[in-house]
Amino acid sequence: MASGSTPRRRLLLQAGAAAAAQVLVRPAAAQEPPALAALVAQFAGPQKVREERVKLEIAQLVDNGNVVPMRVTVDSPMTADDHVTEIAVYNEKNPQREVARFQVGPRSGKADVSTRIRLATSQQLVALARMNDGTVWAHKVDVIVVLAACIEEAKP
Amino acid sequence: MAARTLIQFPATARRGEVVQVRVTIAHPMESGFRPGMDGRPLPRDILRRFACRYNGETVFSAELHPAIAANPYFAFHLVADQGGTLEFEWQGDHGFAQVERRPIQVA
Repeated sequence: MASGSTPRRRLLLQAGAAAAAQVLVRPAAAQEPPALAALVAQFAGPQKVREERVKLEIAQLVDNGNVVPMRVTVDSPMTADDHVTEIAVYNEKNPQREVARFQVGPRSGKADVSTRIRLATSQQLVALARMNDGTVWAHKVDVIVVLAACIEEAKP
Repeated sequence: MAARTLIQFPATARRGEVVQVRVTIAHPMESGFRPGMDGRPLPRDILRRFACRYNGETVFSAELHPAIAANPYFAFHLVADQGGTLEFEWQGDHGFAQVERRPIQVA
């Protein structure tokens, strides 16, 4: 009886541990919200989206969602033959999905743009870059927002 | 009335040097989602487009959405290949349009 019950108990324990591990170390970036996936697909069109050359730099923990510095850099020589043409940033949970879209080119010299954005809540952001050969690159970042934008009342 | 702008880039650049340009304009960027005193959302008033032209050729442009923070700031780069004029243009809701010009010196 004892020998029969031990494997079952061990199995239950293992299953429990696995479930707990899944809850605790849930890989946030691995799950793509459907709203973002649709936008990425729309931007990319028939192109396959890859994730190496773009980098979206933004604070992981945002104190004030009204003004969030953000920087997008793309690994590109920015020559006439090989350059970035367009950079787009989308969010997951603001009232509108679009954040900004930038047009750059070989005269930019460097694919490196910065701006300041608003974030309504903790969410995922994605930066997309289109090269002149048509390839599309992406980088997704999860941010936690403490004070949300769009909630304070206008001053009288 | 023209909005206040702050435009910064190196006063002189070597030919072919990549310089950073930083641009800010005073604008509330009212998103259209924020409730006013009466509880109804305030009407949207944002800038829609920004462009930088270098001797007439567009070197950088941006499409703005309500998710851009108030007093829109952009930092970008360009190759200083000849002296001339940098022209910065903003366009927004309710016919907002502003153009600023700055000379750039290339040694």
